[in-house]
Amino acid sequence: MSVLVFIDVAEGHIKKSSLEALSYGAKLAAQVGSNAEAVVLGKTTEDLTALGKYGVKKIYEVSNDALQQFDAQLYTKVLAQVVQNCVAKIIVFSNNVNGKAIAPRLSVRLKAGLVTGAVALPDTSNGFVVKKNVFSGKAFANIRVSTDIKIITLNPNAFRVIEAEGTAEVVAFNTTVDAPKVKVIATNKASGEVPLTEAEIVVSAGRGMKGPENWKIVEDLAHSLHAALACSRPVADAHWRPHNEHVGQTGIAIAPNLYIAIGISGAIQHLAGVNRSKVIVVINKDPEAPFFKAADYGIVGDAFEVVPRLTEAIKKLRGVA
Amino acid sequence: MKILVCISKTPDTTAKIAFTDNNTKFDTNGVQWIINPYDEWYSLVRAIELKEKDASTIIHLVTVGAADAEPIIRKALALGGDEAIRINAESHDSYYIAAQIAEIAKQGSYDLIFTGKETIDYNGSSIGGMVAEFLDLPFVSLATKFDLNGNKATVTREIEGGEEVCEVELPAVVSCQKGVAEQRIPNMRGIMAARTKPLKVVEPVAADVLTTVQNFELPPAKAGVKLVSPDNVEELVRMLHEEAKVI
Repeated sequence: MSVLVFIDVAEGHIKKSSLEALSYGAKLAAQVGSNAEAVVLGKTTEDLTALGKYGVKKIYEVSNDALQQFDAQLYTKVLAQVVQNCVAKIIVFSNNVNGKAIAPRLSVRLKAGLVTGAVALPDTSNGFVVKKNVFSGKAFANIRVSTDIKIITLNPNAFRVIEAEGTAEVVAFNTTVDAPKVKVIATNKASGEVPLTEAEIVVSAGRGMKGPENWKIVEDLAHSLHAALACSRPVADAHWRPHNEHVGQTGIAIAPNLYIAIGISGAIQHLAGVNRSKVIVVINKDPEAPFFKAADYGIVGDAFEVVPRLTEAIKKLRGVA
Repeated sequence: MKILVCISKTPDTTAKIAFTDNNTKFDTNGVQWIINPYDEWYSLVRAIELKEKDASTIIHLVTVGAADAEPIIRKALALGGDEAIRINAESHDSYYIAAQIAEIAKQGSYDLIFTGKETIDYNGSSIGGMVAEFLDLPFVSLATKFDLNGNKATVTREIEGGEEVCEVELPAVVSCQKGVAEQRIPNMRGIMAARTKPLKVVEPVAADVLTTVQNFELPPAKAGVKLVSPDNVEELVRMLHEEAKVI
Protein backbone atom coordinates (compact mmCIF):
# COMPACT_ATOMS: atom_id res chain seq x y z
CA MET A 1 0.00 0.00 0.00
CA SER A 2 1.32 3.42 -0.83
CA VAL A 3 0.68 7.10 -1.39
CA LEU A 4 1.36 7.74 -5.07
CA VAL A 5 2.32 11.21 -6.30
CA PHE A 6 1.99 12.22 -9.96
CA ILE A 7 5.08 14.09 -11.15
CA ASP A 8 4.17 16.57 -13.86
CA VAL A 9 6.79 17.23 -16.50
CA ALA A 10 6.91 20.03 -19.07
CA GLU A 11 9.57 19.92 -21.79
CA GLY A 12 11.54 17.39 -19.78
CA HIS A 13 11.52 19.45 -16.58
CA ILE A 14 9.66 18.73 -13.37
CA LYS A 15 7.23 21.48 -12.43
CA LYS A 16 7.68 23.22 -9.09
CA SER A 17 4.10 22.37 -8.15
CA SER A 18 5.06 18.69 -8.39
CA LEU A 19 7.78 19.20 -5.77
CA GLU A 20 5.07 20.56 -3.47
CA ALA A 21 2.92 17.52 -4.26
CA LEU A 22 5.87 15.21 -3.50
CA SER A 23 6.51 16.90 -0.15
CA TYR A 24 2.80 16.70 0.66
CA GLY A 25 2.63 13.04 -0.39
CA ALA A 26 5.64 12.14 1.77
CA LYS A 27 4.14 13.88 4.83
CA LEU A 28 0.82 12.19 4.21
CA ALA A 29 2.46 8.76 3.84
CA ALA A 30 4.21 9.24 7.19
CA GLN A 31 0.89 10.33 8.73
CA VAL A 32 -0.98 7.21 7.60
CA GLY A 33 1.96 4.81 8.05
CA SER A 34 2.54 4.10 4.40
CA ASN A 35 5.24 4.58 1.72
CA ALA A 36 5.50 7.57 -0.56
CA GLU A 37 5.97 6.61 -4.19
CA ALA A 38 5.75 8.62 -7.36
CA VAL A 39 5.12 8.19 -11.05
CA VAL A 40 6.42 10.11 -14.03
CA LEU A 41 5.00 9.77 -17.54
CA GLY A 42 7.10 10.60 -20.57
CA LYS A 43 10.82 11.29 -20.76
CA THR A 44 12.60 13.72 -18.49
CA THR A 45 16.07 15.17 -18.57
CA GLU A 46 16.22 15.33 -14.78
CA ASP A 47 17.80 12.93 -12.31
CA LEU A 48 14.78 11.22 -10.79
CA THR A 49 16.75 9.51 -8.01
CA ALA A 50 17.41 12.99 -6.57
CA LEU A 51 13.67 13.37 -5.89
CA GLY A 52 14.31 11.14 -2.87
CA LYS A 53 15.16 14.34 -1.01
CA TYR A 54 11.45 15.20 -1.03
CA GLY A 55 10.73 11.99 0.89
CA VAL A 56 9.65 9.70 -1.94
CA LYS A 57 11.14 6.19 -1.87
CA LYS A 58 10.32 4.75 -5.26
CA ILE A 59 9.55 6.29 -8.63
CA TYR A 60 7.84 4.51 -11.51
CA GLU A 61 9.04 5.79 -14.85
CA VAL A 62 6.82 5.18 -17.87
CA SER A 63 8.85 6.50 -20.78
CA ASN A 64 6.79 5.51 -23.86
CA ASP A 65 7.09 7.98 -26.73
CA ALA A 66 3.32 8.39 -26.97
CA LEU A 67 3.37 10.02 -23.52
CA GLN A 68 5.56 12.92 -24.65
CA GLN A 69 2.39 14.87 -25.47
CA PHE A 70 -0.28 15.32 -22.87
CA ASP A 71 -3.52 13.42 -23.44
CA ALA A 72 -5.62 13.10 -20.28
CA GLN A 73 -7.33 9.93 -21.52
CA LEU A 74 -4.06 8.15 -22.21
CA TYR A 75 -2.39 9.35 -19.04
CA THR A 76 -5.36 8.14 -17.00
CA LYS A 77 -5.18 4.63 -18.47
CA VAL A 78 -1.46 4.35 -17.68
CA LEU A 79 -1.83 5.84 -14.19
CA ALA A 80 -4.61 3.39 -13.35
CA GLN A 81 -2.23 0.53 -14.19
CA VAL A 82 0.49 1.97 -11.97
CA VAL A 83 -2.00 2.48 -9.13
CA GLN A 84 -3.08 -1.15 -9.34
CA ASN A 85 0.51 -2.33 -9.55
CA CYS A 86 1.71 -0.50 -6.43
CA VAL A 87 -1.64 -0.84 -4.63
CA ALA A 88 -1.84 2.90 -4.03
CA LYS A 89 -4.62 3.99 -1.70
CA ILE A 90 -4.05 7.72 -1.94
CA ILE A 91 -3.07 9.50 -5.15
CA VAL A 92 -1.79 13.08 -5.05
CA PHE A 93 -1.70 15.53 -7.96
CA SER A 94 -0.93 19.21 -8.11
CA ASN A 95 -4.15 21.13 -8.79
CA ASN A 96 -2.51 22.53 -11.91
CA VAL A 97 -3.56 22.33 -15.56
CA ASN A 98 -2.70 18.65 -16.08
CA GLY A 99 -3.75 17.58 -12.59
CA LYS A 100 -7.20 19.11 -13.17
CA ALA A 101 -7.53 17.14 -16.40
CA ILE A 102 -6.39 13.70 -15.17
CA ALA A 103 -7.56 13.51 -11.54
CA PRO A 104 -11.31 13.58 -12.37
CA ARG A 105 -10.85 10.89 -15.02
CA LEU A 106 -8.87 8.69 -12.65
CA SER A 107 -11.54 9.24 -9.99
CA VAL A 108 -14.14 7.69 -12.30
CA ARG A 109 -11.86 4.93 -13.56
CA LEU A 110 -10.93 3.79 -10.03
CA LYS A 111 -14.20 4.88 -8.42
CA ALA A 112 -12.08 6.88 -5.98
CA GLY A 113 -13.42 9.91 -4.10
CA LEU A 114 -11.79 13.11 -5.35
CA VAL A 115 -11.02 16.38 -3.57
CA THR A 116 -9.64 19.10 -5.84
CA GLY A 117 -7.82 22.18 -4.57
CA ALA A 118 -6.71 20.83 -1.17
CA VAL A 119 -4.99 23.42 1.04
CA ALA A 120 -3.75 21.21 3.90
CA LEU A 121 -2.96 17.63 4.86
CA PRO A 122 -6.09 15.52 5.45
CA ASP A 123 -7.45 15.03 8.94
CA THR A 124 -7.22 11.27 9.40
CA SER A 125 -8.18 11.17 13.09
CA ASN A 126 -11.71 10.05 12.24
CA GLY A 127 -11.98 8.89 8.65
CA PHE A 128 -10.46 11.01 5.89
CA VAL A 129 -11.36 14.68 5.67
CA VAL A 130 -9.66 17.13 3.31
CA LYS A 131 -9.83 20.91 3.56
CA LYS A 132 -10.26 22.70 0.24
CA ASN A 133 -10.99 26.15 -1.09
CA VAL A 134 -14.58 26.85 -2.13
CA PHE A 135 -16.53 29.92 -3.25
CA SER A 136 -13.50 31.18 -5.19
CA GLY A 137 -11.30 31.50 -2.13
CA LYS A 138 -13.98 33.11 0.06
CA ALA A 139 -14.40 29.98 2.23
CA PHE A 140 -13.10 26.49 2.93
CA ALA A 141 -14.98 23.20 2.94
CA ASN A 142 -13.95 20.07 4.80
CA ILE A 143 -14.75 17.16 2.50
CA ARG A 144 -15.14 13.63 3.81
CA VAL A 145 -13.97 10.96 1.39
CA SER A 146 -15.58 7.58 1.95
CA THR A 147 -13.96 5.38 -0.72
CA ASP A 148 -11.10 2.91 -0.30
CA ILE A 149 -8.93 4.77 -2.82
CA LYS A 150 -8.74 8.54 -2.47
CA ILE A 151 -7.48 11.24 -4.84
CA ILE A 152 -6.31 14.71 -3.81
CA THR A 153 -5.21 17.61 -5.98
CA LEU A 154 -3.09 20.08 -4.02
CA ASN A 155 -3.39 23.81 -4.69
CA PRO A 156 -0.12 25.36 -5.92
CA ASN A 157 1.70 27.33 -3.19
CA ALA A 158 -0.51 25.80 -0.46
CA PHE A 159 2.17 23.43 0.85
CA ARG A 160 5.82 24.24 1.32
CA VAL A 161 8.48 22.15 -0.42
CA ILE A 162 10.36 20.13 2.23
CA GLU A 163 13.88 18.97 1.37
CA ALA A 164 15.99 16.45 3.29
CA GLU A 165 18.57 13.77 2.54
CA GLY A 166 17.60 10.78 0.45
CA THR A 167 17.58 9.11 -2.93
CA ALA A 168 14.73 7.37 -4.66
CA GLU A 169 14.79 4.06 -6.45
CA VAL A 170 13.71 4.48 -10.09
CA VAL A 171 11.79 1.57 -11.59
CA ALA A 172 10.91 1.34 -15.28
CA PHE A 173 7.22 0.57 -15.72
CA ASN A 174 6.57 -1.13 -19.03
CA THR A 175 3.21 -1.00 -20.68
CA THR A 176 1.73 -0.62 -24.12
CA VAL A 177 0.19 2.74 -24.87
CA ASP A 178 -2.40 3.60 -27.55
CA ALA A 179 -1.90 6.51 -29.92
CA PRO A 180 -3.07 9.78 -28.31
CA LYS A 181 -6.46 11.09 -29.48
CA VAL A 182 -5.50 14.67 -28.69
CA LYS A 183 -2.68 15.84 -30.93
CA VAL A 184 -0.67 18.89 -29.99
CA ILE A 185 0.08 20.89 -33.12
CA ALA A 186 1.64 24.04 -31.64
CA THR A 187 2.91 25.35 -28.33
CA ASN A 188 3.07 29.07 -27.60
CA LYS A 189 5.09 29.69 -24.52
CA ALA A 190 6.06 33.03 -23.06
CA SER A 191 9.74 32.13 -22.75
CA GLY A 192 11.77 32.91 -19.66
CA GLU A 193 8.82 34.17 -17.67
CA VAL A 194 7.57 32.68 -14.44
CA PRO A 195 4.22 30.89 -15.00
CA LEU A 196 1.57 32.90 -13.19
CA THR A 197 0.05 29.99 -11.28
CA GLU A 198 3.42 28.82 -10.00
CA ALA A 199 4.89 32.24 -9.18
CA GLU A 200 5.77 33.02 -5.56
CA ILE A 201 5.51 36.74 -6.19
CA VAL A 202 3.02 38.38 -8.55
CA VAL A 203 3.00 42.05 -9.56
CA SER A 204 -0.36 43.10 -10.95
CA ALA A 205 -1.67 46.36 -12.32
CA GLY A 206 -5.03 47.79 -13.32
CA ARG A 207 -6.74 50.72 -14.93
CA GLY A 208 -4.85 53.11 -12.66
CA MET A 209 -1.91 52.71 -15.04
CA LYS A 210 -3.90 54.80 -17.57
CA GLY A 211 -2.58 53.00 -20.66
CA PRO A 212 -0.47 50.09 -21.94
CA GLU A 213 2.44 52.42 -22.69
CA ASN A 214 2.95 52.92 -18.94
CA TRP A 215 3.64 49.27 -18.09
CA LYS A 216 7.41 49.65 -18.08
CA ILE A 217 7.53 50.59 -14.38
CA VAL A 218 5.34 47.59 -13.53
CA GLU A 219 7.61 45.29 -15.52
CA ASP A 220 10.68 46.74 -13.84
CA LEU A 221 9.20 46.09 -10.40
CA ALA A 222 8.28 42.52 -11.39
CA HIS A 223 11.77 42.00 -12.77
CA SER A 224 13.42 43.22 -9.56
CA LEU A 225 11.39 40.65 -7.59
CA HIS A 226 11.60 37.78 -10.15
CA ALA A 227 7.83 38.04 -10.12
CA ALA A 228 5.19 37.07 -12.66
CA LEU A 229 3.05 39.79 -14.22
CA ALA A 230 -0.72 39.93 -13.88
CA CYS A 231 -3.49 42.40 -14.56
CA SER A 232 -7.13 43.15 -13.78
CA ARG A 233 -10.04 42.30 -16.05
CA PRO A 234 -10.67 45.80 -17.53
CA VAL A 235 -7.02 45.94 -18.56
CA ALA A 236 -7.23 42.56 -20.34
CA ASP A 237 -10.61 43.46 -21.90
CA ALA A 238 -9.15 46.71 -23.26
CA HIS A 239 -6.27 44.66 -24.73
CA TRP A 240 -3.70 46.64 -22.78
CA ARG A 241 -2.33 43.32 -21.61
CA PRO A 242 -2.77 39.72 -22.85
CA HIS A 243 -5.68 37.69 -21.48
CA ASN A 244 -3.37 35.11 -19.94
CA GLU A 245 -2.31 37.76 -17.40
CA HIS A 246 -5.88 38.39 -16.22
CA VAL A 247 -6.37 37.27 -12.63
CA GLY A 248 -9.74 37.26 -10.94
CA GLN A 249 -13.02 35.41 -10.80
CA THR A 250 -13.19 34.75 -14.54
CA GLY A 251 -9.45 34.82 -15.16
CA ILE A 252 -6.75 32.85 -13.44
CA ALA A 253 -6.95 32.20 -9.69
CA ILE A 254 -3.60 32.49 -7.97
CA ALA A 255 -2.18 31.99 -4.49
CA PRO A 256 1.32 33.50 -4.40
CA ASN A 257 3.25 34.36 -1.24
CA LEU A 258 3.17 38.02 -2.22
CA TYR A 259 0.67 39.84 -4.44
CA ILE A 260 1.32 43.49 -5.25
CA ALA A 261 -1.70 45.27 -6.75
CA ILE A 262 -1.04 48.60 -8.45
CA GLY A 263 -3.90 50.85 -9.49
CA ILE A 264 -6.52 48.10 -8.99
CA SER A 265 -9.61 49.13 -7.03
CA GLY A 266 -10.30 45.60 -5.75
CA ALA A 267 -13.74 44.65 -7.04
CA ILE A 268 -15.11 41.50 -5.40
CA GLN A 269 -14.58 39.55 -8.64
CA HIS A 270 -10.91 40.51 -8.69
CA LEU A 271 -10.48 39.56 -5.02
CA ALA A 272 -11.98 36.14 -5.74
CA GLY A 273 -8.96 35.34 -7.88
CA VAL A 274 -6.28 36.63 -5.53
CA ASN A 275 -7.61 36.34 -1.97
CA ARG A 276 -5.61 33.16 -1.38
CA SER A 277 -2.37 35.17 -1.61
CA LYS A 278 -0.46 35.02 1.67
CA VAL A 279 0.46 38.71 1.73
CA ILE A 280 -1.27 41.44 -0.29
CA VAL A 281 0.24 44.89 -0.91
CA VAL A 282 -2.01 47.53 -2.44
CA ILE A 283 -0.77 50.71 -4.09
CA ASN A 284 -3.60 53.05 -5.01
CA LYS A 285 -4.07 56.80 -4.96
CA ASP A 286 -7.68 56.44 -3.80
CA PRO A 287 -7.72 55.83 -0.03
CA GLU A 288 -11.32 54.56 -0.40
CA ALA A 289 -10.33 51.75 -2.81
CA PRO A 290 -12.01 48.59 -1.46
CA PHE A 291 -8.79 46.64 -2.03
CA PHE A 292 -7.23 48.24 1.09
CA LYS A 293 -9.72 46.28 3.22
CA ALA A 294 -8.31 43.01 1.88
CA ALA A 295 -4.67 44.13 2.01
CA ASP A 296 -1.93 43.47 4.55
CA TYR A 297 0.15 46.49 3.54
CA GLY A 298 -0.86 49.56 1.62
CA ILE A 299 0.47 52.78 0.18
CA VAL A 300 -1.96 55.56 -0.65
CA GLY A 301 -0.12 57.32 -3.42
CA ASP A 302 0.52 57.88 -7.09
CA ALA A 303 1.74 54.64 -8.73
CA PHE A 304 3.89 56.60 -11.17
CA GLU A 305 5.94 57.91 -8.25
CA VAL A 306 5.70 55.03 -5.78
CA VAL A 307 6.43 52.08 -8.09
CA PRO A 308 9.85 53.24 -9.41
CA ARG A 309 10.88 54.09 -5.83
CA LEU A 310 9.78 50.67 -4.68
CA THR A 311 11.81 49.03 -7.46
CA GLU A 312 14.89 50.97 -6.39
CA ALA A 313 14.39 50.03 -2.72
CA ILE A 314 14.07 46.35 -3.64
CA LYS A 315 17.18 46.48 -5.81
CA LYS A 316 19.00 48.01 -2.86
CA LEU A 317 17.79 45.23 -0.57
CA ARG A 318 18.92 42.63 -3.06
CA GLY A 319 22.23 44.39 -3.51
CA VAL A 320 21.92 44.96 -7.24
CA ALA A 321 21.96 48.75 -7.25
CA MET B 1 -23.58 18.46 -35.12
CA LYS B 2 -25.19 17.81 -31.77
CA ILE B 3 -23.86 19.67 -28.75
CA LEU B 4 -24.61 19.11 -25.07
CA VAL B 5 -23.88 22.12 -22.85
CA CYS B 6 -23.65 21.50 -19.10
CA ILE B 7 -25.22 24.25 -17.01
CA SER B 8 -24.81 24.77 -13.29
CA LYS B 9 -26.64 27.12 -10.93
CA THR B 10 -24.30 29.15 -8.70
CA PRO B 11 -24.60 32.08 -6.31
CA ASP B 12 -23.99 35.48 -7.89
CA THR B 13 -20.32 36.53 -7.88
CA THR B 14 -21.09 39.28 -5.35
CA ALA B 15 -23.17 37.04 -3.03
CA LYS B 16 -22.33 37.17 0.66
CA ILE B 17 -20.78 33.86 1.66
CA ALA B 18 -22.17 32.67 4.99
CA PHE B 19 -23.19 29.32 6.48
CA THR B 20 -25.96 28.00 8.70
CA ASP B 21 -26.75 24.85 10.69
CA ASN B 22 -23.47 24.82 12.55
CA ASN B 23 -21.56 25.70 9.36
CA THR B 24 -22.81 22.67 7.47
CA LYS B 25 -25.01 24.47 4.92
CA PHE B 26 -24.53 27.43 2.62
CA ASP B 27 -26.77 30.28 3.72
CA THR B 28 -29.00 30.91 0.70
CA ASN B 29 -30.85 33.74 2.41
CA GLY B 30 -30.92 36.74 0.05
CA VAL B 31 -28.66 35.03 -2.48
CA GLN B 32 -29.22 35.77 -6.17
CA TRP B 33 -28.66 32.72 -8.37
CA ILE B 34 -27.00 32.88 -11.74
CA ILE B 35 -25.81 30.53 -14.44
CA ASN B 36 -22.24 29.59 -13.59
CA PRO B 37 -20.33 32.26 -15.56
CA TYR B 38 -17.96 29.76 -17.23
CA ASP B 39 -20.95 27.74 -18.44
CA GLU B 40 -22.85 30.77 -19.68
CA TRP B 41 -20.27 33.17 -21.06
CA TYR B 42 -17.96 30.65 -22.67
CA SER B 43 -19.39 27.19 -23.36
CA LEU B 44 -23.00 28.17 -24.03
CA VAL B 45 -22.14 31.23 -26.13
CA ARG B 46 -19.57 29.26 -28.17
CA ALA B 47 -22.18 26.56 -28.84
CA ILE B 48 -24.62 29.27 -30.01
CA GLU B 49 -21.95 30.74 -32.31
CA LEU B 50 -21.39 27.30 -33.84
CA LYS B 51 -25.14 27.03 -34.46
CA GLU B 52 -25.14 30.48 -36.08
CA LYS B 53 -22.51 29.23 -38.53
CA ASP B 54 -24.29 25.94 -39.19
CA ALA B 55 -28.04 26.10 -38.66
CA SER B 56 -28.36 22.30 -38.60
CA THR B 57 -26.53 22.27 -35.24
CA ILE B 58 -28.65 21.09 -32.32
CA ILE B 59 -27.90 22.39 -28.83
CA HIS B 60 -29.20 20.67 -25.72
CA LEU B 61 -28.63 22.03 -22.24
CA VAL B 62 -28.41 19.81 -19.19
CA THR B 63 -28.44 20.62 -15.50
CA VAL B 64 -28.56 18.52 -12.35
CA GLY B 65 -30.77 20.23 -9.81
CA ALA B 66 -34.11 20.64 -8.10
CA ALA B 67 -37.05 22.62 -9.53
CA ASP B 68 -35.48 25.86 -8.26
CA ALA B 69 -32.86 25.50 -11.03
CA GLU B 70 -35.52 26.12 -13.69
CA PRO B 71 -35.27 29.95 -13.84
CA ILE B 72 -31.55 29.51 -14.54
CA ILE B 73 -32.11 26.98 -17.30
CA ARG B 74 -34.83 29.18 -18.86
CA LYS B 75 -32.37 32.07 -18.86
CA ALA B 76 -29.84 29.83 -20.60
CA LEU B 77 -32.49 28.90 -23.18
CA ALA B 78 -33.15 32.62 -23.71
CA LEU B 79 -29.55 32.99 -24.83
CA GLY B 80 -29.89 30.03 -27.16
CA GLY B 81 -30.19 26.28 -27.37
CA ASP B 82 -33.03 24.09 -28.61
CA GLU B 83 -34.10 22.26 -25.53
CA ALA B 84 -33.08 21.61 -21.95
CA ILE B 85 -32.99 18.61 -19.67
CA ARG B 86 -33.15 18.91 -15.91
CA ILE B 87 -32.09 15.86 -13.97
CA ASN B 88 -34.16 16.04 -10.84
CA ALA B 89 -31.50 15.51 -8.18
CA GLU B 90 -29.46 17.58 -5.79
CA SER B 91 -25.89 16.70 -4.95
CA HIS B 92 -22.55 18.32 -4.31
CA ASP B 93 -20.56 15.21 -5.19
CA SER B 94 -19.06 15.61 -8.64
CA TYR B 95 -18.92 11.83 -9.26
CA TYR B 96 -22.70 11.58 -8.75
CA ILE B 97 -23.40 14.64 -10.93
CA ALA B 98 -21.07 13.46 -13.71
CA ALA B 99 -22.70 10.02 -13.68
CA GLN B 100 -26.08 11.68 -14.31
CA ILE B 101 -24.79 13.86 -17.14
CA ALA B 102 -22.96 10.90 -18.70
CA GLU B 103 -26.26 8.98 -18.79
CA ILE B 104 -27.98 11.81 -20.69
CA ALA B 105 -24.96 12.11 -22.98
CA LYS B 106 -25.09 8.39 -23.80
CA GLN B 107 -28.76 8.53 -24.73
CA GLY B 108 -28.34 11.65 -26.89
CA SER B 109 -25.18 10.55 -28.77
CA TYR B 110 -23.68 14.04 -28.85
CA ASP B 111 -20.70 15.03 -30.99
CA LEU B 112 -19.52 17.54 -28.48
CA ILE B 113 -19.97 18.08 -24.75
CA PHE B 114 -19.09 21.49 -23.32
CA THR B 115 -18.59 22.35 -19.66
CA GLY B 116 -17.27 25.49 -17.98
CA LYS B 117 -13.76 25.23 -16.56
CA GLU B 118 -15.20 25.05 -13.03
CA THR B 119 -18.15 26.31 -11.02
CA ILE B 120 -17.58 29.42 -8.95
CA ASP B 121 -19.02 27.81 -5.80
CA TYR B 122 -17.34 24.42 -5.36
CA ASN B 123 -14.44 25.17 -7.76
CA GLY B 124 -14.14 21.46 -8.49
CA SER B 125 -13.10 21.60 -12.14
CA SER B 126 -14.07 17.92 -12.26
CA ILE B 127 -17.28 17.39 -14.21
CA GLY B 128 -15.78 17.56 -17.71
CA GLY B 129 -13.02 15.06 -17.00
CA MET B 130 -15.39 12.74 -15.18
CA VAL B 131 -18.02 12.76 -17.92
CA ALA B 132 -15.28 12.09 -20.48
CA GLU B 133 -14.07 9.07 -18.52
CA PHE B 134 -17.60 7.69 -18.04
CA LEU B 135 -18.02 7.85 -21.82
CA ASP B 136 -14.39 6.93 -22.66
CA LEU B 137 -14.04 10.09 -24.76
CA PRO B 138 -11.09 12.42 -25.20
CA PHE B 139 -11.07 15.48 -22.91
CA VAL B 140 -9.48 18.83 -23.67
CA SER B 141 -9.52 21.05 -20.61
CA LEU B 142 -9.28 24.81 -20.03
CA ALA B 143 -9.90 25.76 -23.65
CA THR B 144 -9.30 29.39 -24.59
CA LYS B 145 -10.26 28.93 -28.26
CA PHE B 146 -12.45 26.40 -30.01
CA ASP B 147 -13.04 25.81 -33.71
CA LEU B 148 -14.72 23.03 -35.64
CA ASN B 149 -13.12 21.58 -38.69
CA GLY B 150 -15.39 18.88 -40.10
CA ASN B 151 -15.21 15.92 -37.75
CA LYS B 152 -12.31 17.44 -35.86
CA ALA B 153 -11.97 20.28 -33.40
CA THR B 154 -9.01 22.60 -33.09
CA VAL B 155 -8.70 23.68 -29.49
CA THR B 156 -6.27 26.06 -27.84
CA ARG B 157 -5.80 25.12 -24.22
CA GLU B 158 -4.03 26.73 -21.30
CA ILE B 159 -0.72 25.29 -20.12
CA GLU B 160 1.54 26.69 -17.39
CA GLY B 161 3.03 29.89 -18.79
CA GLY B 162 1.46 29.68 -22.23
CA GLU B 163 -0.92 27.79 -24.44
CA GLU B 164 -1.05 24.76 -26.65
CA VAL B 165 -3.01 24.27 -29.87
CA CYS B 166 -4.33 20.75 -30.26
CA GLU B 167 -6.52 18.74 -32.57
CA VAL B 168 -9.06 16.21 -31.39
CA GLU B 169 -11.48 13.96 -33.22
CA LEU B 170 -15.11 14.16 -32.21
CA PRO B 171 -16.93 13.11 -30.13
CA ALA B 172 -15.06 14.83 -27.33
CA VAL B 173 -15.54 16.71 -24.07
CA VAL B 174 -14.14 20.24 -23.78
CA SER B 175 -14.04 22.54 -20.74
CA CYS B 176 -14.19 26.22 -21.65
CA GLN B 177 -12.82 29.39 -20.12
CA LYS B 178 -12.20 33.00 -21.05
CA GLY B 179 -11.23 33.49 -24.68
CA VAL B 180 -13.57 30.85 -26.15
CA ALA B 181 -16.39 33.39 -26.55
CA GLU B 182 -17.67 36.72 -25.26
CA GLN B 183 -20.51 37.21 -22.80
CA ARG B 184 -23.92 37.94 -24.36
CA ILE B 185 -27.10 39.45 -22.96
CA PRO B 186 -30.36 37.66 -23.83
CA ASN B 187 -32.65 39.76 -26.06
CA MET B 188 -36.44 40.01 -25.83
CA ARG B 189 -36.97 37.62 -28.75
CA GLY B 190 -34.80 35.05 -27.02
CA ILE B 191 -36.61 35.48 -23.72
CA MET B 192 -40.00 35.01 -25.43
CA ALA B 193 -38.79 31.99 -27.40
CA ALA B 194 -37.34 30.38 -24.26
CA ARG B 195 -40.82 30.20 -22.69
CA THR B 196 -41.95 27.61 -25.19
CA LYS B 197 -38.73 25.66 -25.65
CA PRO B 198 -38.96 22.12 -24.24
CA LEU B 199 -37.61 21.63 -20.72
CA LYS B 200 -37.65 17.94 -19.94
CA VAL B 201 -37.40 16.72 -16.38
CA VAL B 202 -35.89 13.27 -15.90
CA GLU B 203 -35.30 11.29 -12.74
CA PRO B 204 -31.69 10.46 -11.79
CA VAL B 205 -30.12 7.06 -12.38
CA ALA B 206 -28.64 5.17 -9.44
CA ALA B 207 -25.10 6.39 -8.76
CA ASP B 208 -22.80 6.42 -5.77
CA VAL B 209 -21.83 9.48 -3.75
CA LEU B 210 -18.10 9.31 -3.02
CA THR B 211 -17.59 12.52 -1.05
CA THR B 212 -19.67 14.64 1.33
CA VAL B 213 -19.23 18.14 2.72
CA GLN B 214 -18.66 17.78 6.46
CA ASN B 215 -18.64 21.52 7.20
CA PHE B 216 -17.52 24.91 5.95
CA GLU B 217 -15.13 27.47 7.40
CA LEU B 218 -14.66 31.15 6.70
CA PRO B 219 -11.08 32.36 6.44
CA PRO B 220 -9.80 34.27 9.48
CA ALA B 221 -10.43 38.00 9.16
CA LYS B 222 -7.48 40.09 7.99
CA ALA B 223 -5.75 41.98 10.79
CA GLY B 224 -6.23 45.23 8.87
CA VAL B 225 -4.00 47.04 6.45
CA LYS B 226 -0.74 48.60 7.59
CA LEU B 227 -0.39 51.84 5.70
CA VAL B 228 3.02 53.13 4.71
CA SER B 229 3.78 56.66 3.55
CA PRO B 230 4.49 56.97 -0.18
CA ASP B 231 7.67 58.81 0.77
CA ASN B 232 8.93 55.87 2.78
CA VAL B 233 8.80 52.84 0.49
CA GLU B 234 11.99 51.57 2.19
CA GLU B 235 9.84 50.91 5.26
CA LEU B 236 7.48 48.75 3.17
CA VAL B 237 10.42 46.80 1.76
CA ARG B 238 11.79 46.33 5.27
CA MET B 239 8.45 45.00 6.54
CA LEU B 240 8.02 42.65 3.60
CA HIS B 241 11.55 41.38 4.18
CA GLU B 242 11.72 41.17 7.98
CA GLU B 243 8.12 40.90 9.16
CA ALA B 244 6.21 39.13 6.41
CA LYS B 245 9.37 37.38 5.10
CA VAL B 246 8.06 37.23 1.54
CA ILE B 247 10.95 38.96 -0.23
